[in-house]
Amino acid sequence: MIFKALVLRCMSSTTKPNSIFKVIGASSLGTLIEWYDFYIFGSLASIIGAQLFPADAGASALINTLAIFAAGFIVRPFGALVFGRLGDLIGRKYTFLLTLVLMGGSTFLIGLIPSYSSIGYAAPILVLILRLVQGLALGGEYGGAATYVAEHAPKGKRGFFTSWIQTTATLGLFLSLGIIVLSKNLIGAEAFADWGWRIPFLLSILLVGVSIYIRLKMHESPMFTKLKTEGNISKNPLKESFSKKGNFKMVLLALFGATMGQGVIWYTGQFYAQSFIENTCKIDFNDSRYILLWGIAFATPFFVVFGAWSDKVGRKWIMLTGMLLGIVFYRPIYQLFLDKSDVTTWNTSSILQEDAPIITRLALHDKGDSLITTSSKISLVNGASFNKVLVDTVYSDSAKAIGHSKEIYKDKVLPTSTFWLFVGLVFFQILLVTMVYGPIAAFLVELFPTKIRYTSMSLPYHVGNGVFGGLVPFIATLIASFAGSTPLSGLWYPIGIATLSFIIGAVYLSNKRDENVND
Amino acid sequence: MKSIKKILGVFWIILGPAAMIFMAFQAWDKVSKAEAGIAQTNTALQWGIILLIFIPIAIGLVIFGKYALAGEYDKLPENSEEL
Repeated sequence: MIFKALVLRCMSSTTKPNSIFKVIGASSLGTLIEWYDFYIFGSLASIIGAQLFPADAGASALINTLAIFAAGFIVRPFGALVFGRLGDLIGRKYTFLLTLVLMGGSTFLIGLIPSYSSIGYAAPILVLILRLVQGLALGGEYGGAATYVAEHAPKGKRGFFTSWIQTTATLGLFLSLGIIVLSKNLIGAEAFADWGWRIPFLLSILLVGVSIYIRLKMHESPMFTKLKTEGNISKNPLKESFSKKGNFKMVLLALFGATMGQGVIWYTGQFYAQSFIENTCKIDFNDSRYILLWGIAFATPFFVVFGAWSDKVGRKWIMLTGMLLGIVFYRPIYQLFLDKSDVTTWNTSSILQEDAPIITRLALHDKGDSLITTSSKISLVNGASFNKVLVDTVYSDSAKAIGHSKEIYKDKVLPTSTFWLFVGLVFFQILLVTMVYGPIAAFLVELFPTKIRYTSMSLPYHVGNGVFGGLVPFIATLIASFAGSTPLSGLWYPIGIATLSFIIGAVYLSNKRDENVND
Repeated sequence: MKSIKKILGVFWIILGPAAMIFMAFQAWDKVSKAEAGIAQTNTALQWGIILLIFIPIAIGLVIFGKYALAGEYDKLPENSEEL
């Protein structure tokens, strides 16, 4: 009710309430589903690898590389060009309907691929092809949805209306994590790893079906229809976007002064945070996902808050403040993650229960050496628990002493107060995401003219978000491999890119809003 | 502000190729250190994709610097018709 009242107040006299609700709802739902489809693959990559890829680790890694790198970094920007061009030639409505069909269809089909043990190499090849189609479709979706909503939005409310589209990427991640955790808890971890992982993929067809039904009932963007009626649509959007200096310089400015920084803030606040909590801090699988889910749930409304605020104070400084806060606070935040997840700082004297140790033996090559892993679960009075793991190397040559490894603490379930502190830290990072991401659709739409808008805004968005943002895990890991690095060294990549983007944005961008996008 | 924009333009022109040289060096280093066989092919493939996608971005940064140096960003267009 509050939202409806807010929207009604924001409406201009020319926009009917029902139609704008439909525009936002239909566009956002479809885009949310596309993000959901894209993320479930990433979230289930290890299970997909085990089921559909060869057991040979090398070959499996090779296919994984192609699926992740090629889909994210090459095909996504390529999709932006292909569908951007199509959207400027035939219209927004049919183009983002097509991307939805491609995305939903490929996701559903991934859920139907027989295992590697049934069809051999055909399984990973099919995964790869369908993953590439997903990347292509994602590249075309966002620009269409943002353009479509912006071209319906009344003057002075463009930031508010497009911010609903901006919630979809984060909500898509929320939905994918939620459905995965729910399915896993309902059918059990073993059944989920065996066949249950297909549920989130198959479910996609229902969501896409509903979204296609809604989108089919929608009309073309009024601005595009006007251009088409007047015979003013671009004959070659790619050429006009990238070979005309006046437009190309704005494409470059959008990339280096906004979307590049936005991409790294987005990926650090959500994916890197989750990966760091799970893999570096060794927090339990469910706990690490619950932390992210709560963080997303609390922060998501701020996309709309900052989108609407940008209509009043301009887009530039809200986005740049989000980047600046990331630059300043990332290292202290991640240091706090490390400090607070250190089991030795917990009150380990109040042990509630210590389970009998589980000992496993793994033979090493044919010399008779073996690895003995001793794992025991320790539960504390305050509700926290962890697994204490010790790995010893036993040599067949009795002259050699047993090699002891350091004690490792993993599968940590945090004490309640620490859990909520982690939620707060993730919330803050996603709040920064909402600052840079909430106003960016309106910002991009206002930079370019209607006839080449879809093409011109899609490319910088997907290079910034997909390439610079998507590379956060890879480059952070690379930096962490340098001599003398610490667990926090990987953060220098997002901090460096955000700093560069902040400087370019602060010096070169204008805070002026283009009230009239009907040109 | 106009002179800062121009001075920074020189920096962007230099940064583009410098970043590519750094990445090419990293690629060579990581590929040569990878275990021979499929692991090396995998590393080479990852870096090949990254270099392939970053070359046009680096060229874009040089062009951006060139525009900044030429004063193209001294006054931004007020609306789309000025593009």
